Amino acid sequence: MKTCLVVDDSRVMRKVARRILEDLGFEVAEAADGAEGLAWCRAMMPDVILLDWHMPVMGGLEFLRRLRLEPGGVGPKVVFCSVETDLARIAEALDEGADEYIMKPFDGEIVASKLAMAGLP
Amino acid sequence: MTPREREFIARLCAAKAGLKVAVDRDYLIETRLAPVARREGFDSTADLVQALRERADERQVWAVTEAMGQGDTAFFRDRDVLEGLWSDVVPALGGLVRVWSAGCATGQEIYSLAMLLEEQRPEGAKVELFASDLSERMLEKAQSGFYSQFEVQRGLSARRLVRHFEQKDEAFVLSRRVRQHVRWRRVNLMEDLARLGEFEVVLCRNVLPGLTEAAQERVREQVTRTVSPGGVLVLGAGETLPAGSGWAAVGSLPGVYRVQGGRRAVA
Repeated sequence: MKTCLVVDDSRVMRKVARRILEDLGFEVAEAADGAEGLAWCRAMMPDVILLDWHMPVMGGLEFLRRLRLEPGGVGPKVVFCSVETDLARIAEALDEGADEYIMKPFDGEIVASKLAMAGLP
Repeated sequence: MTPREREFIARLCAAKAGLKVAVDRDYLIETRLAPVARREGFDSTADLVQALRERADERQVWAVTEAMGQGDTAFFRDRDVLEGLWSDVVPALGGLVRVWSAGCATGQEIYSLAMLLEEQRPEGAKVELFASDLSERMLEKAQSGFYSQFEVQRGLSARRLVRHFEQKDEAFVLSRRVRQHVRWRRVNLMEDLARLGEFEVVLCRNVLPGLTEAAQERVREQVTRTVSPGGVLVLGAGETLPAGSGWAAVGSLPGVYRVQGGRRAVA
């Protein structure tokens, strides 16, 4: 079973994402900010990370930069999932190494479609 | 709306454009027709139907038919088919390759090909893109290139969004560079299509299932006649041509057909 780490400071968003991802067959773990997400990745690298942009302690971009420097950190597919809809910010996320980008709000169809585009079944 | 009113709408749409309207789907009919009723100055859809029964104003008849014929589409729907078409089928056709998206709705299918054309011009082929729909309103929206946040997230990768779109308030607008590749025309597939000429690639995806059985037969026959000798017909991934039609599947791409033996035949 593929694993997905949801990094988002909103409990509601994590719950919504969890339900969608579990329906898609993922085993889901949750982290409330980038620092917590990194700790989770150091313990066990997930196959995919659904990543919020704005979070306390450590935001999404910083998390991504640090993740890619970790041993095995280039492995996970990273899909940003944010209220940021500015094309310049989306381009910035892709330049930093994100594989895909979801603009909130989203539904199961969008998540499935974006995961497929990121190369996940 | 009463069952009789819905049956009237179904008969009207079948007669005008061969559309199959399920009379038991009252919510869908109401949702599609409510904006038409408002635009035309009626208090309700029932009043609109009443007016159509008393005096079949041609403009209103078409407004209703077009509203009921709205298709659902998405960027890069069946991505493997479109990309396979682009990387294998179009270059193999070579020379002038005229592509027609029949029943294009809001244009995402033909624009997906226009994006591919921008990204990678097929070697040895000059591609021309055409798109048609029954609905003027759909065509207007398609030509504007304006899409909502929801629409650009269905099938479109973030890289393509960044590369080919600009932002205008809450909408995303396809770049003029991509839009200029496509020519548009209003076409009722039930009419004589011979005037359109021939195309090397005809995409008629997810259109036939929305038609009555008789209309499916007529449209299938007409559309196949527009495929040039050696050209291909592309149906929806789950659609097939009747056995013995003279058309054979092309490679492993679902829904892509070519006339067997290179001779054009009618499906």
